[in-house]
Amino acid sequence: MIPLLRHGKPDGQPRRLTLEILRHNPADPASVPHLQAYEIEEAEGMTLFIALNEIRAQQDPSLMFDFVCRAGICGSCAMLVNGRPGLACRTLTRDLGERITLAPLPVFELIGDLSVNTGKWMRGTSERLQTWIHNDTETDLDAFETRMEPATAEAIYELDRCIECGCCIAGCGTVQMRERFVGAVGLNKIARFRLDPRDTRSDEDFYELIGDDDGVFGCMSLVGCHDVCPKQLPLQTQIAFLRRKMALQGMR
Amino acid sequence: METIHTDVLVIGGGLAGLRAALAARKRGNSVLILSLVPPKRSHSAAAQGGMQASLGNTAKGAGDNEDVHFEDTVRGSDWGNDQEVARLFVHTAPKAVRELASWGVPWNRVQAGEREAIIDNRRVTLSEPEAAHGLITARDFGGTKKWRTCYVSDGTGHAMLYAISDQTIAEGIPVHERMEAVSLIHDGLRCYGAIVRNLIDGKLVAYIARATCIATGGFGRIYQSTTNAVINEGIGAAIALETGVVPLGNMEAVQFHPTAIFPAGILVTEGCRGDGGLLRDVDGHRFMPDYEPEKKELASRDVVSRRMEAHIRSGKGARNRFGEHLWLDITQLGALHIDHKLREVKEICHYFLGIDPARQWIPVRPAQHYSMGGIRTNAHGAAYGLSGLFACGEAACWDLHGFNRLGGNSVAETVVSGMIVGDAIADFCSSSGGDMHLSTALLRECADKVRAEFSAITDNHGPENPAALLGAMQAIMTDKVGIVRHGEQLAEAVRELTELEARSRQIGLRNHRPGANPELTLAWRLQKMLKLAICVAHGARQRTESRGAHFRTDFPRRNDAEWLKRTLAYWTDPAQLVPSLHYEALDVRHMELPPGWRGYGARDAIEHPETAHRMAQIETIRAQLATADRHAVQDALMPFRHLLPRHLCGDNARPGEST
Repeated sequence: MIPLLRHGKPDGQPRRLTLEILRHNPADPASVPHLQAYEIEEAEGMTLFIALNEIRAQQDPSLMFDFVCRAGICGSCAMLVNGRPGLACRTLTRDLGERITLAPLPVFELIGDLSVNTGKWMRGTSERLQTWIHNDTETDLDAFETRMEPATAEAIYELDRCIECGCCIAGCGTVQMRERFVGAVGLNKIARFRLDPRDTRSDEDFYELIGDDDGVFGCMSLVGCHDVCPKQLPLQTQIAFLRRKMALQGMR
Repeated sequence: METIHTDVLVIGGGLAGLRAALAARKRGNSVLILSLVPPKRSHSAAAQGGMQASLGNTAKGAGDNEDVHFEDTVRGSDWGNDQEVARLFVHTAPKAVRELASWGVPWNRVQAGEREAIIDNRRVTLSEPEAAHGLITARDFGGTKKWRTCYVSDGTGHAMLYAISDQTIAEGIPVHERMEAVSLIHDGLRCYGAIVRNLIDGKLVAYIARATCIATGGFGRIYQSTTNAVINEGIGAAIALETGVVPLGNMEAVQFHPTAIFPAGILVTEGCRGDGGLLRDVDGHRFMPDYEPEKKELASRDVVSRRMEAHIRSGKGARNRFGEHLWLDITQLGALHIDHKLREVKEICHYFLGIDPARQWIPVRPAQHYSMGGIRTNAHGAAYGLSGLFACGEAACWDLHGFNRLGGNSVAETVVSGMIVGDAIADFCSSSGGDMHLSTALLRECADKVRAEFSAITDNHGPENPAALLGAMQAIMTDKVGIVRHGEQLAEAVRELTELEARSRQIGLRNHRPGANPELTLAWRLQKMLKLAICVAHGARQRTESRGAHFRTDFPRRNDAEWLKRTLAYWTDPAQLVPSLHYEALDVRHMELPPGWRGYGARDAIEHPETAHRMAQIETIRAQLATADRHAVQDALMPFRHLLPRHLCGDNARPGEST
């Protein structure tokens, strides 16, 4: 895990934090994107979830942002924290300086302020890449489940842990140039289903989905995705592996 | 106003709603799902430790079956649940797990051979049978006789939610995200869909449906200290209550989870204790065996939470700058186990507490976790009071859980009830009851009513601040309607909440941002949440006994003679200050398992006069059928298969059982 940087409070006094938030409301024709600064007093254990809610409750009820689980598992609250994509809910202010800049994730449609429409993007990608088990066999629900090696199940879960937060897309160089690039989130899903013995699709089928520059061949191996993934998914190795498999498939 | 038509409208994109939508879609209906957030962000994803289903594949699960799961569930509920529903559930849970396996959930699997485990603070060697290798494994959870909780590390809900959500995408079921149902369209007899507010642009849309299913989850956010996601505000239950004809059942039955990290309230799974974790006090002493010699840390959640609070009150709490807490110790499980089976716990401890749970103890204290109460439905998920309205999952009081839910039974309930209720919805749509004649006048009246609700807030320039009122409500609920309750405090809570409700009508918005103004959204929801809070507090005040999670120091005994009944709260007149409470008796004469001692917790219940007679009857039936198989005996005691869709009626395959 990432070692945490702790900012001390030498005099024991709580710090005054300045949060500079990129504000814009597309629903308001008069709105122009601008940075707005809010000052708050830091509290013990304060996360950006706590800080933003405090600002909204006490200073500016119009501020828009998205939180759901506030425990780092649902992927709702990804934003740029000092320019770096991350989950706001589990970012502790004590790991940041006194000036904190928050901006919405790029690439995704802006709803307002820090809120972006990742859901629409992810659903579109799921439909395009058909991210579900393809298997025409009817399951007999009364019968024993099909057996699976314990290690296989764990390996699938390793990739299944993606929370579709969008950090990898925000940190991706290719997406800046290719709007339809499926990104690490899309490629990881293909890797996940490719690994799953219950999915009957072959590499030929997967090649149809990602065997082009909007898919695995579009990746420039900058691996910003890998660096910012809050779940530490093995994106670098998975993309490299998938590219090799798809290249082999392409040469057939 | 834009109007959208569909056969089935599902409100809520968590596991229950998605699974019900799939069931209705597979029967040929057009289905549309509304969700506050992208479905994969639903609170279902937070279910960590696992899902109960009596597969009986493992060494410690051997001998498990529906009968054992049924008894555990009824005892867990403190005899407050509907036993027929419990039977439907335990029978269908293995099918649900297997279906999810076919949809891609990477359930952890049995590894044949010897393995080490920690049981009751002792290292033991378990030998998993060769024949079970590669089948779905299970871990121990609280209040269960067998290891029955199927899991995917500690991201079970996440894996289930993604698999089911992907199935709905495969089926092409549209999900309208960031949409909030703000009122049901109804005429007092039949539901015709909902008026819905777009949380992006603030516009209202009418969704007209032959069948409407509410699957909006629980209402934990009426409490200050809760493990619930911020979207769990109970609005689905509130709009059902506001019809005036649909009751909410057992709203006073609120679960507190023993191990929420302190003070943030984020859950760490019961799997920690299931896998061998211990609770310790300020002295490092393992105190649960002192209170609960039988089940220790793995008694039911209501009992463990209560014992923890009592232990803190006895002066044995540890203390940090936020207050008192206890310790959850999983260090003995070792780093390897934690890295594979408790990875979310490890992450949460790392990010929110800055500790490594393989080396350090976790500060925990009970926090609100689950709403056993909700929209009262029958066994098919049909809401009382309005034809065409259904509910499932945590939003419903189906009533699987009674007054305490077992860990692992709610995430299981989501999919099982989704299967059963979704099929019932399809039955409804193909029956004459599913026909519909909606007058445009009614639609206009319903829409006008909603517009009036919102403009009453925006046009009011009163002194009140919705965020402050929300905080006040949450503090009252945690302080006075929490784990330990008393009549006087409950009366105070009801009074204070009704005052807050009046003040919530005097809100002055501080901003008028175009689009979906978050302050307006909060102010509108607050009024609904206050009604739910009053239902909880008033129901708790009136219930003069202790049962499951509802514990009153002034009435500490479970009183089956007077209180073996379910509370039904109606809000008939919008002007009434507290709901009208009605009670629905649970019939001992038809119970498969009449009330008794749970096997943990207090054993001083006041007996129901019919219990002895029913016990004798059951003994006679069992004696008569001594040579019959267990299914036949069960059927003689309390038949349930007539309540199931035909395709779910079959017996479940299980090691050591022939089918």
